Amino acid sequence: MRTPPPRPHPWRRRLADQGRAYAFLLGGVLCFALFSWYPAIRAVVIAFQKYTPGAEAEWVGTANFTRILHDPEFADAWRNTLTFTVLALLIGFAVPFVLALVLNELRHAKAFFRVVVYLPVMIPPVVSALLWKWFYDPGAGLANEALRFLHLPTSNWSNGADTALVSLVLVATWANMGGTVLIYLAALQSVPGELYEAAELDGASLLQRVRHVTVPATRFVILMLMLLQIIATMQVFTEPFVITGGGPENATVTVLYLIYKYAFLYNDFGGACALSVMLLLLLGAFSAAYLRLTRSDGEDA
Amino acid sequence: MSATRTLVSPAVLARPRGKAVYWAVFTGVVLLFALAFLFPVYWMVTGAMKSPDEVARTPPTVVPERWHTSGFTDAWELMRLPVHLGNTVVQAAGAWLCQLVLCTAAAYALSKLRPAFGKVILGGILATLMVPAQALVVPKYLTVADLGLLNDPLAIWLPAVANAFNLYLLKRFFDQIPRDVLEAAAIDGAGRLRVLWSIVLPLSRPVLGVVSIFALVAVWQDFLWPLMVFSDTDRQPISVALVQLSQNIPLTVLVAAMVIASIPMVALFLVFQRHIIAGISAGGTKG
Repeated sequence: MRTPPPRPHPWRRRLADQGRAYAFLLGGVLCFALFSWYPAIRAVVIAFQKYTPGAEAEWVGTANFTRILHDPEFADAWRNTLTFTVLALLIGFAVPFVLALVLNELRHAKAFFRVVVYLPVMIPPVVSALLWKWFYDPGAGLANEALRFLHLPTSNWSNGADTALVSLVLVATWANMGGTVLIYLAALQSVPGELYEAAELDGASLLQRVRHVTVPATRFVILMLMLLQIIATMQVFTEPFVITGGGPENATVTVLYLIYKYAFLYNDFGGACALSVMLLLLLGAFSAAYLRLTRSDGEDA
Repeated sequence: MSATRTLVSPAVLARPRGKAVYWAVFTGVVLLFALAFLFPVYWMVTGAMKSPDEVARTPPTVVPERWHTSGFTDAWELMRLPVHLGNTVVQAAGAWLCQLVLCTAAAYALSKLRPAFGKVILGGILATLMVPAQALVVPKYLTVADLGLLNDPLAIWLPAVANAFNLYLLKRFFDQIPRDVLEAAAIDGAGRLRVLWSIVLPLSRPVLGVVSIFALVAVWQDFLWPLMVFSDTDRQPISVALVQLSQNIPLTVLVAAMVIASIPMVALFLVFQRHIIAGISAGGTKG
């Protein structure tokens, strides 16, 4: 047996404990302070300044906001981002939802389906964007070849002003739906079988069972996945940057793309931060709703 | 076989008609999955192995007439893939290590060491979950520039530590380890670092695995942030280099480079598929 070391004064011991606790805490907290907390404050500050790296910052009041509000691209970017989000909800949510419903009924090759549907998620987003840019190629692109093979009229895909945005939504859906399918599939497995049995005894058809049993029983996960999808698609950047470069005719400029352009093409960091603050407020509202939802569920469970 | 009841009752499936419909749907889904998810990948891999003439031909050939491997060797040399793959590996490995060391230490302190203002700090960390990362890239970029970290792997490593999701995951796991176990070790004379290293970490292997995969995948897949902080071509990771070089490179070479860039993550997925899929499924329902 070892004898315990002599006890120092309690307050000294407390101080030493605190010192050690902070030694563990310091590195992580410093990173949060530098790369999360400070930038959040700084975004708001610079939004009201004329800011060029290396030069003295100048207070300009709300000039940045009025300038970006008068930029014709501003309205385009918001309209495109909102359209993208709505389309991604319609296509990018309906497809994985139905797919998960069907997959949950299949009793064979379960592992195969799960691996295959998640495969595109693991392909780097840049690669899937470049891949689909090649598919959408008006010359030897696979998309038009497939339409010709089926004797259907060809499309301009990402090169047409009216089809570009939908084409990008298809890419984003293809690349990201694996996660949604897997999460929803897990939720479906928690629906008690007796509910289906009872509904069937009451004479409910297949679609009625989906509507009155499956959807209400998984309502929470559906809402959560929708919010996550909205938050993710409102920050879309890689697909428009790589596939269309924001074109044709600004048809695919998104808010995040516009932020990038203000900062790195126009060298206007004040405008970029003003835009960031707007995006931040909107997305923050969605995030708050999401966190509230997940937290209240955690307390129930 | 466990008979968990789903939308369609087992009785219906047992009837001949039900069986026929089931197998028809099953075949349909297999074909759909092959066409929608596997065929694009097949097209990419075979496209990389066609000759430049063949890849531009209409109608296209489904199977390459002759299998070329020159696309891969050209991509390796022309696009200097070893440099960019090496950069990606350094960035991802460093971010993983920084996250494991600093996030684990911070989570341990917040969970077990009762630091003063610990609740406030935890609140501040959780608040960043409400702030989507991409909306803050510009001020974050300016901060990194002020610190003189542009074109330095530290610009990836240090911001990666500020990952509230992973830190909270670790803290919640540490919270479940009973305090008596740690106190017993402390009475035996083990210091805090020793307790963390020989008791907490071995118990936390599952969560450390999840955090490791998240950390690696996040860095490997990221595009906007490395695009901003690495203006020097020699420092760029593969994702940025692919896009920058995609304009003036023959199609077969670019597609071959895309295949090479995908291999590490797809291999990681195939090796750890069971853990990754279980992690996503569990993460979704348990928040």
